[in-house]
Amino acid sequence: MSVTAEPAVMTETAETQGSGPDAPIRPESRDAKRFHRYVMFAIAVALVLLPFGLYPIFVMKVLCFALFGLAFNLLLGYGGLLSFGHAAFFGVAGYVSAHAAKVWGLNPEFAILGGVAAAAALGLCIGALAIRRQGIYFAMITLALAQMVYFFSLQAKFTGGEDGIQGVPRGRLFGVIDLQDDRVLYVLVAVIFMAGLLMIYRIIHSPFGQVLKAIRDNEPRAVSLGYRVNRYKLAVFVLSAALAGLAGGTKAIVFQLASLTDVHWSMSGEVILITLVGGMGAIFGPIAGAFVIVAMESYLAPFGAWVTIIQGAVFVVCVLLFRDGVVGVLSRLLKRPL
Amino acid sequence: MTTLFGFPTQALFGQLLLGLINGSFYALLSLGLAIIFGLLNIINFAHGALYMAGAFVAWILLNHLGLGYWWSLLLAPVAVALFGVLIERTLLSRLYKLDHLYGLLLTFGLALIIQGMFRLQFGVSGLPYAVPAELAGGTRLPFMYLPTYRGWVVVASLAVCLTTWLLIEKTKLGAYLRAATENPALVQTFGVNVPLLLTVTYAFGVGLAALAGVLAAPIYTVSPMMGADIIIVVFAVVVIGGMGSIMGSIVTGFGLGLVEGLTKVFYPQGSTTVIFVIMAIVLLTKPAGLFGRSS
Amino acid sequence: MGDPAASVSPAGTAAPLLAVDRLEGWYGESHVLHGMAFDVREGEVVTLLGRNGAGKTTTLKAIVGMLEKRRGSVVFEGVETIGLPSRKIARRGLGYVPEERGVFASLNVYENLMLPPVVRPGGMSLEAIYQLFPNLKERSTSQGTKLSGGEQQMLAIARILRTGAKLILLDEPTEGLAPVIVQQIGETIRRLKADGYTIVLVEQNFRFAQTVADRHVVIELGRVVDEIPNEALEANLEKLHAYLGV
Ligand SMILES: Nc1ncnc2c1ncn2[C@@H]1O[C@H](COP(=O)(O)OP(=O)(O)OP(=O)(O)O)[C@@H](O)[C@H]1O
Ligand SMILES: [Mg+2]
Repeated sequence: MSVTAEPAVMTETAETQGSGPDAPIRPESRDAKRFHRYVMFAIAVALVLLPFGLYPIFVMKVLCFALFGLAFNLLLGYGGLLSFGHAAFFGVAGYVSAHAAKVWGLNPEFAILGGVAAAAALGLCIGALAIRRQGIYFAMITLALAQMVYFFSLQAKFTGGEDGIQGVPRGRLFGVIDLQDDRVLYVLVAVIFMAGLLMIYRIIHSPFGQVLKAIRDNEPRAVSLGYRVNRYKLAVFVLSAALAGLAGGTKAIVFQLASLTDVHWSMSGEVILITLVGGMGAIFGPIAGAFVIVAMESYLAPFGAWVTIIQGAVFVVCVLLFRDGVVGVLSRLLKRPL
Repeated sequence: MTTLFGFPTQALFGQLLLGLINGSFYALLSLGLAIIFGLLNIINFAHGALYMAGAFVAWILLNHLGLGYWWSLLLAPVAVALFGVLIERTLLSRLYKLDHLYGLLLTFGLALIIQGMFRLQFGVSGLPYAVPAELAGGTRLPFMYLPTYRGWVVVASLAVCLTTWLLIEKTKLGAYLRAATENPALVQTFGVNVPLLLTVTYAFGVGLAALAGVLAAPIYTVSPMMGADIIIVVFAVVVIGGMGSIMGSIVTGFGLGLVEGLTKVFYPQGSTTVIFVIMAIVLLTKPAGLFGRSS
Repeated sequence: MGDPAASVSPAGTAAPLLAVDRLEGWYGESHVLHGMAFDVREGEVVTLLGRNGAGKTTTLKAIVGMLEKRRGSVVFEGVETIGLPSRKIARRGLGYVPEERGVFASLNVYENLMLPPVVRPGGMSLEAIYQLFPNLKERSTSQGTKLSGGEQQMLAIARILRTGAKLILLDEPTEGLAPVIVQQIGETIRRLKADGYTIVLVEQNFRFAQTVADRHVVIELGRVVDEIPNEALEANLEKLHAYLGV
């Protein structure tokens, strides 16, 4: 057991999903892209088939959390930034969507978009502050600012404090389609999820995404190449917040509820867990992670405190033994980036 | 009733004292976090949970073994420090070559486990811990009533903080710690057992957290969630102070406690968020923190 | 130890104090040392000469155990140390003065000096060290890194002399220093040799090396390519110029 100076000089942000030999293979080649198209297609097929085997409400929950995880992973896996405060965007979007649907009587699509806008605006504020520091400090700052949002939600009038906003109407999509039926709502949620996934995929493979990767891998070099690194970081932060808001707003409509749970730090922890289990930096990782974690929590819900203990244990085990996550391992077995 | 700036002095000084007490805990906790981070490059998310564990150990010692406050003040930090040795040896030591963020994630998981365990055993409602007889009562000062125990907490934590500072700045062991914080590999080539130093440092840091927990037990109720919220505030304290300086951590901790106390008097709604607001301002004006060295 | 080449020194006298053989070293994936081999006898001053990036520093790091990925054999006083962690290697009586000097900013001069634990009896006393380097006494309460480059080099050497280490590895002690200081360091090294220390000196400046060394080991691309006794240095100047590219 020897101690080296290496950790101290390691770049703080780049190593999260490892640039070493056992890092997940990254999608570069055309072959990989073709493979990804198949995976996307498989996901779409699964979305059609799943509600026949599982409760639509369960699948919708998984999809909301998967989208939340995808948004978080956009920031971590491609921006190299570990946010410990993503619950703020998820939860605030939930409040705004719920409020818009219930109090203002907006159609669900506008209610959700309102949530997205609120999350993006909040992302701009929090992001602008947090990107002033890196690595571990970035994580602590996002956590602290999100805690501030939590206290605000606890005290503000419109959030309903401890009770939250209950009995949110699902309403009629475009003023026409009644979403009261779970199966109808499911179609909407599946479409939103797929749209979010495709958008994130586009972002990662755009020139913007390439610059992000360059920054993540070697920030000083990106600076010396003339990129305004902080603008890129802020942009990806806001995108990630907005997509987390999309997930949070949708969840509020699905469950007709917005509550403190969704702004609490434990929700920030949960999305990290989803991403960690699925595989940090694996594009499709959070989808698998959301399935595992949501299913686990549904089964364990009756056991109270055990949920927390097992979540904690999963964190520890994943960090020690299973850093690539489910999809990371799968990706290595298939020798293909996922 | 006398007033100051239009506020009753009783309330003003009462809140200031409460602020100072919170500040004591911020200082003790951020001090431990800073020492651990300096040497291990790990932000110990479990710090809050171990603070809570310290309070619970005191409660258990009292209620199951009949050992009172003064014994707890000694034994609880030792017990938690030993647990810290276990954590460092079996878990953290595997992470030193990885990115710092893995340390944060692992200790976050540990915090969840520890909190969950105590919740399972003791439920969520708090347990009372009585002020020790020797420190019961209080003194009527011209401007306020000073409960003896509260005065003791401030004095004791100040003394512990300053002793720690002396230990680090003025002793041989402290010199090893400072040198290894700068360049562990080189210190190791001198024949110093750096892995042992890492273990001792972690144990010492979490021992401080447990000590804060024992001090807190008679003031707040002892509950499994008592560490969860304070640790987030302490993170903000650490961002504000910057982790480069030991004295900086102490001063920032006490200072922010006072600010929080003052806010409670003048703008109560803001008292839970004032530290986060200050953090935002510091980030805008001095991103490396008040005492931080810019990286 | 089982290697016959390691147990018999080239001169055929007693076993060498330090025997490096088949030494391989890596930084992550990049392979830097390719079978380094050389011996150092007790009381000798041996220099490692070579161009920038030849692997001199890496060789020293591998010997002191700082280089994590290393293979081969490093025998010190008859004991194989290749598998030991650096703190145990140091405890056997090996002192290392790194190229970047490694003076600690958060320690004052006195603390820097007293930092390395004594690993063997027979190290220099504080008085003797202050006699050798009077500046260090004058500035004992200054922050370590506030010293001039030359003083920092003195400090880095001095703190090793306290420990009783028998073999001292010096990495480019003259780098970037003024001629007067270089001369002073030369005197120090000769003094240490006279006191019986064994020294491995990394140098790029062979004119300086010539004034202190018994033997020169020339390194290229992580291998030993030549060994030149100090007496033969002048005769081999051309060859040496080619090696060093000067
Ligand atoms: N930390 C490191 N990581 C990766 N490669 C390294 C590292 N340090 C050195 N190298 C490489 O290893 C090789 C040998 O380097 P080394 O520092 O041993 O050379 P040197 O002979 O001491 O050179 P100099 O005279 O410049 O000090 C060089 O090619 C260098 O680029
Ligand atoms: Mg060198």
